[in-house]
Amino acid sequence: MHEKVSITLDVNGCEHSVSVEPRRTLVDVLRDDCHLTGTHIGCEHGVCGACTVLVDDKPIRSCLMFGVQAEGRKIRTVEGLANGDTLHPLQRAFWENHGLQCGFCTPGFLMLAAGALQETPDMSDGEIKELLSSNLCRCTGYQNIIKAVRLAAAEMRSGIRG
Amino acid sequence: MNYIGRSLKRLEDRPLLLGAGAFAADGRWPDQIYMRVVRSPVAFGKILGIETAEATRLDGVVAVWTIQDVDDLPPIDFRQMRAEGLVPYRQWILARDYVRYVGEPVAVVFATDPYVAEDAADLVFCDIEELEANLDATAKPSLFMPDSYPGLLSEPAVIRRSYGDMDAAFGQAHRVVELEVKIGRHTGVPLETRGALGVLDADSGVLTIYGAAKVPHYNRDAISRMLGLDPGKLQLSEGHVGGGFGIRGELYPEDVLVCAAALRLRRPVKWIEDRKEHLLAANHSRDQAYHLLAAVDPHGFILGLKAELFTDQGAYVRTHGTTVTDLSAGMLPGPYVIPAYSVEGHIRLTNKTPAGTYRAPGRYESTFARERLIEKIAAELELSSIDVRRINLVPEDAMPFDRGVETLGTHIVYDSGKYHDLLERLLVHLDYDRLREEIAARRAGGEMVGLGIAYFVEKSGLGPDDLVRMSLDKSGAVEIVTGVASIGQGVETVLAQICSETLDIPIERITVVHGQTDRIECGRGAFASRVTVMAGSAVKIASEALRDRAVAVAADLLQAAPDQLCLVDGAVTVRQGGASIRLGDIAGQLEQTDGLKSEGWFRADHMTYPYGIHFAQVKVDPLTCGISIERYLVAYDVGRAVNPMLVQGQIAGGVAQGIGGALLEEFVYDEQGQPLATSLADYLMPTCREVPDVEVLLREDAPSPLNPLGVKGAGEGGITGVGAALASAIDAALQQPGAVDRLPITPDRLHRILHRKRGSS
Repeated sequence: MHEKVSITLDVNGCEHSVSVEPRRTLVDVLRDDCHLTGTHIGCEHGVCGACTVLVDDKPIRSCLMFGVQAEGRKIRTVEGLANGDTLHPLQRAFWENHGLQCGFCTPGFLMLAAGALQETPDMSDGEIKELLSSNLCRCTGYQNIIKAVRLAAAEMRSGIRG
Repeated sequence: MNYIGRSLKRLEDRPLLLGAGAFAADGRWPDQIYMRVVRSPVAFGKILGIETAEATRLDGVVAVWTIQDVDDLPPIDFRQMRAEGLVPYRQWILARDYVRYVGEPVAVVFATDPYVAEDAADLVFCDIEELEANLDATAKPSLFMPDSYPGLLSEPAVIRRSYGDMDAAFGQAHRVVELEVKIGRHTGVPLETRGALGVLDADSGVLTIYGAAKVPHYNRDAISRMLGLDPGKLQLSEGHVGGGFGIRGELYPEDVLVCAAALRLRRPVKWIEDRKEHLLAANHSRDQAYHLLAAVDPHGFILGLKAELFTDQGAYVRTHGTTVTDLSAGMLPGPYVIPAYSVEGHIRLTNKTPAGTYRAPGRYESTFARERLIEKIAAELELSSIDVRRINLVPEDAMPFDRGVETLGTHIVYDSGKYHDLLERLLVHLDYDRLREEIAARRAGGEMVGLGIAYFVEKSGLGPDDLVRMSLDKSGAVEIVTGVASIGQGVETVLAQICSETLDIPIERITVVHGQTDRIECGRGAFASRVTVMAGSAVKIASEALRDRAVAVAADLLQAAPDQLCLVDGAVTVRQGGASIRLGDIAGQLEQTDGLKSEGWFRADHMTYPYGIHFAQVKVDPLTCGISIERYLVAYDVGRAVNPMLVQGQIAGGVAQGIGGALLEEFVYDEQGQPLATSLADYLMPTCREVPDVEVLLREDAPSPLNPLGVKGAGEGGITGVGAALASAIDAALQQPGAVDRLPITPDRLHRILHRKRGSS
C-alpha cells in the first residue's frame, strides 16, 4: 500500500480530517473520503468540467488537483450552495428554465457560474457564454443553461436573494 | 385544471440541483471492492497468454480473472433484432482466443482500493500475436476469427427490403441520379460514464445491481439466464442516470462481470469506467456508407430508389442485433412517396469498438443520405430542392400511409401527418423568399453564407406493451409504479402531468417509481422514444380506472348517482348541491379493503411516426474553414406535447448532439486500428460556443390515432436532420451543390473541398 497523509480540508465551512494517499485527486477525496458525492467525475482529464468546485473562491477542476494540495484552502462544493432549504439563485434559475436534464453536469455548471459571478457580478452575455463554454453538457443544448445563468446573474445583481 | 400541455417545472430537479443525486458512482457499501478492466492494446490478434501473477501479488488485490475464470458463462445475447447467422459474432464477457478491438476486456482485477485496482491492471501482461486489422466495412469481408471459426467471414447479415416495380421505374426514368455518401463513426457519450455496483444479500441470496439504466427488466432476465440465477434472486435498481442516448443501459461485458464477481467473491463489487474506457468500450454508432440510385421524372419525382448501405458494426454484434441497419433500411424512404424501393444493408464487422444504437439510429444516417439525394436531384434537374421535396412528399390524404416495408419487426405505417402543411408553415415562418434574397445579397457582398433544410420522418412508441400500477393514499398522495426507465429526460414529470390531468391534483402530489425490478414485474424500458407514448398511455388508462373507482365509491358515500359526480381539484363533487369528498378520504374509506388502486396496460402493434424539418443558416470562413451556425430551427409535429418546455429541451439537446456528429465528433483510427480519439480533448463534443439557440416550431397538427393521448415521441427528432441540413447549408454557402458527401465536415475536409474548387475553377 502507498503511504497515506493526514490532512484536514475545509469544505463548505466544515472541517474534514482524512487520511489519503498523496496521489488521490481532490475529487476522489471529496467524494470517497468526505462523502460529498454531489461533485461528479466526467472525464478525469480536465475537459468536461463536471467536477468543478470552488477553491479559495475560484472555480477549478477538482480532477486536476490532488487532495493534499487543497489543505488549508477554502473549498466550496455544490452541497454548500443552497442556504438551508433556500436554493441559491442559480439553482432556482436552472430549475425554472429547464437548465438541466440528466443533471450529471449540473453541479459543475452551478459552481463554475457561482464562482465567476462572485468575482464578476456584471458579466456581459458574451462573457457568460465564454465562461460556460468551459464545461460540457450532453443533454440540454446549453441554451437553457445560458439563460438560467443570465437570469440568476441579473437577480443576484439586483440584490434580491431568496 | 389542465395539466397536459403546460410547461411545468420538473419534479426531478431539486435533488440534482442540491448535489443529492444518486448516480451509479455515488453508492458505497461496507467491504466493497473495485473492479478494473484490463483491455486489449491491439486491434486484432490471437491471445497467446495473459500473465496475471504479478498483479495478483500486489497488496490489496482480491482476484484477477481471465476468460478461464468465467469459462462457464455464455456470450452476451441479443436484446433486439436477432437474425439468423448472428450467433457466432456475439461478444464473450472476456476475450476468448482472439482480441478484436483496442479496448476489448481481456482480464479484470478486483482490489480493495480503486487506485490499487488500476495499479494491478497495469501489471497484467497480454501476450498477443498481432494480426492485420480490418478497418474498412466496404472492403471485401475478411476472416472473423481464423482458427476459432474457420471460414467465418466478417459479414454477419445482409438486410434486404423491397416493394414496387423497380424495372418499370427505371424503364421510364427521365434521368438516373447516383449518390455516394458516408456518415462518420460517433456515439452518444453521456456525461456520466458507465458503472455498476453489485451487492449480494447473504441472508436472502438476492443480488442487487445499482446503476441500472434503460432496460432494467430485460437485463435482469438476461443476466439471470447467463448466470443461471432465479430471476427472483436478481434485482436491478436504477438511480439517477447521467444521460442515455441509446448506448447506456445495454448489457455490456462489464455489467455481467460485476454480477458474477459479487456472487463469487461474496463482497460488494463496484465498477466505474473512466472516460478513456468509455470511448473505447461503450457502443459506438453511425459509421455507414450509402450508394443510392434514383430513377426520376422531369419534375424530380422519384419513381424508384435502389440503395446499398454498409454499417461498420465494429468487432462484435452486441445486444442490438441488426437494429441499426434494419432501421436504416426501413426509414430511408422517409417522407417521400417513392413508388418502388429496394435496399441491401450489409452489416460488416471490423476491428473497431462494437457498435449499437445512438439517438435516432439509422435515421440520422439515412436522412443525411436521402436529403443529399434530394439536393442532387434538384441540382441535376436545375430545380428548387424545396419543389423537389414538395412533389415527393406523401400527401395528407394518403394517411395512414403504408410504407410497404418493415422495421423492428413492425410494419411501417405512417399513422398521421400533414407533411406539405409543415413545409409551408416553415417557409412562412422563415419568410423564406425574403431570407433567400438577404442571403444572396450577402453572398454578392463576398460572404460565404447559405441555407439548408432537411425533411424527415421519425418513429416512436415501440410496443408491444407497458404496465403501470397506481395507488392513492389517505393523504391524497399518488404513487405510480412503472417498468420504464428514466435516463434524464423528465419521465417523472411527464407521467405525473398525465395523471394530474385526470385526477386534477398537482403534480407535486405524485411520486413516480421507475427502473426498479422489485417494484413491478415487467417493463420494457426507455428507448425508441417510447416512454411518453407507451407508459404515458398506460398512466392515462390507470388514472381513469382510479378515477372511476373513486367516483363509484364516492357515489355510495355521497348517495348520488355516479353520473352526477365530477372530479375537481382532487375531490369528487356532486354537480348540483356541492357535497364533495376528497380522493384521500375515499382512499381512507378503502384502507381496510384493497385501497384506492388501479393498473393500466397499454399495448401497441404499430409505432407512431412524428415528422419534422430542420433548417440551418451557416457561414463558412474560407480562411479558418470554420463553420458558424447563424440560425437553426426545427419544425416538429409530435401530435401532442405533454410538456412543451421538455419537448423543446429534447429537441435543443438533440440538435447539439447532431451538430457534434455533423461537424466535430469522429472516432478516427490509425492504420493498425489504434483509436486516435480516446479523450474528450480528441473526441470533440460541442460546447455552448458551437451550439446556437435552437428555435422550435412545435406543432400538434397530426395527433396519433394509435394511443389515447394522441402523442408521438419527441426524444429523437432534434438530432435526425442535423447532418443533412448543415450539409445543404454548407453546399449553399460554398455554391457547390453536392460538395458535402461525408460527415463530419471537419475543417480539413472543408479545406479540401475549398481547394478542389479553386483548383478546378
